[in-house]
Amino acid sequence: MDLWNTVLPYILSGISVGGQYALIAVGYTMVYGILRLINFAHGDVFMVAGLMMVYFAASMPLYAAIPLMILLTVLLGFTIERVAYKPLRTAPRMSVMISAIGVSYLLQNLALYVTGGLNKNYPEIPWISDKITVLGATTARVTVITPFLTVALVFALVYLINHTKIGMAMRAVSKDFETAQLMGIRINSVISATFVIGTFLAAVGSLLFFSNYPGIVPTSGAMPGLKAFVAAVFGGIGSIPGAVVGAFIIGISESLIKGLDTILITQGAIAEQMDFSTFSDAVTFVLLIVILVFKPTGLFGEKTTDKV
Amino acid sequence: MLKIENLQVAYGGIQALRGIDLEVPDGKIVTLIGANGAGKSTTLRTISGLVKAHAGSITYDGTELLGKPINAVLEAGIAQVPEGRRVFANLSVLENLRVGAYLRRDKAEIEKDLQWVYELFPRLQERSWQLAGTLSGGEQQMLAVGRGLMSRPKVLMMDEPSLGLAPLVVQGIFDIIREINRQGVTILLIEQNANMALKIADLAYVLETGRITMRGTGAELLADESVKEAYLGKKKK
Repeated sequence: MDLWNTVLPYILSGISVGGQYALIAVGYTMVYGILRLINFAHGDVFMVAGLMMVYFAASMPLYAAIPLMILLTVLLGFTIERVAYKPLRTAPRMSVMISAIGVSYLLQNLALYVTGGLNKNYPEIPWISDKITVLGATTARVTVITPFLTVALVFALVYLINHTKIGMAMRAVSKDFETAQLMGIRINSVISATFVIGTFLAAVGSLLFFSNYPGIVPTSGAMPGLKAFVAAVFGGIGSIPGAVVGAFIIGISESLIKGLDTILITQGAIAEQMDFSTFSDAVTFVLLIVILVFKPTGLFGEKTTDKV
Repeated sequence: MLKIENLQVAYGGIQALRGIDLEVPDGKIVTLIGANGAGKSTTLRTISGLVKAHAGSITYDGTELLGKPINAVLEAGIAQVPEGRRVFANLSVLENLRVGAYLRRDKAEIEKDLQWVYELFPRLQERSWQLAGTLSGGEQQMLAVGRGLMSRPKVLMMDEPSLGLAPLVVQGIFDIIREINRQGVTILLIEQNANMALKIADLAYVLETGRITMRGTGAELLADESVKEAYLGKKKK
């Protein structure tokens, strides 16, 4: 088999995973852009979205379960901001971050309580899990849909931010809370809108992500959440295009490492399995370290624009 | 008329305003001069609703504004041009102006006011697509004033518009302030550049450590010996 045909499936799946990371990463980067807060609970909101889908799909048809899951996830994101972050608006940034860590553990423990720590099987979503053949490679339809859906959603978001009144308000608030207030912008509404958008994307991401995995446990949000966060930092935290590009780079590198054994064996470079796939998570963090050493603001990061 | 009575403000135990009375009659330029830390900015910030007072009243045409949200003050027709310009550096010049009209719904009128601001500051029109952060200090001040005007205020409060600008640019800003006033906008101006401020002021107040210590017309204070010594840098003969 030639190189292209061996590598292609891994690239396809890498693009797909990258798209899913991107949907989570946008939530991190938007919240950071406006509040200068790393929302550690974001990955766990993603996990809760997955769990809700498990329970809803068991008791109602999918066409009802999916919208309800998205709606409740958005509501959860909104509520977390109002209850755990808004009261700390004038507190030091570190306090808000600790509050975010608290919310993260709270969600994990609630999930542990509800599921009893058992692996919950993610429902089979018929159309998107079907097998199809692309450029000679067989894959699930979700693999192909994900990057297109991600790019479409991100374009819609960038349009919203650059060409609508609420988007203009978001950019103003991200620069200067007080002056934005003097212009009549209600900063709390703008911040809520940011969380609503971020959690909406994470809910869509969870639908695509968990379709590829057999099940969910309470810590299922941690690794994808962490990788999406790395993607956001990699691309330059605060920058939406940066988060998306970072997520695709991380998704593709991770997938290629997973397939490295197979690729090298078919090429005759190595004779037997070397277990490179063990390093698929590690490579993400190596990428993070490399970018932080050589370009601390990330690929598209602003230069030090700390708020005064 | 904007009327302030017995306004008292404290920051964590430190009394910033110790009961000040201030009147800003319609159509006038009123200036508030004083040294650093006298409470000038606090006065403006309290009127805007950014700072809470613990006693006193702020009324505009008889309506109480103290304790109202920031938006209510803006809707009553009182806008602020904050100290240090504070333009949104990541927004274009045009967007900065549009943010100034954020609360307004009257689209056609907003466009008219945009043209009005562009007539006052032709430079802003030339640069309307540029990011505000790339403007010079003087241009940023023009933009901050223009942004304030976009809410179509009855009273425009300006906090140190001459701060950090070259003398020639300062002259330009003061000319514009007079022009805006001539077109019917009441001005409440805070300045450390007392000389310039008193020259254009109809009415002036001197604020010292949270108290109003003197009031009069701009010309009166300009001629006053103690003002000369304390704020204009001229020694008594």
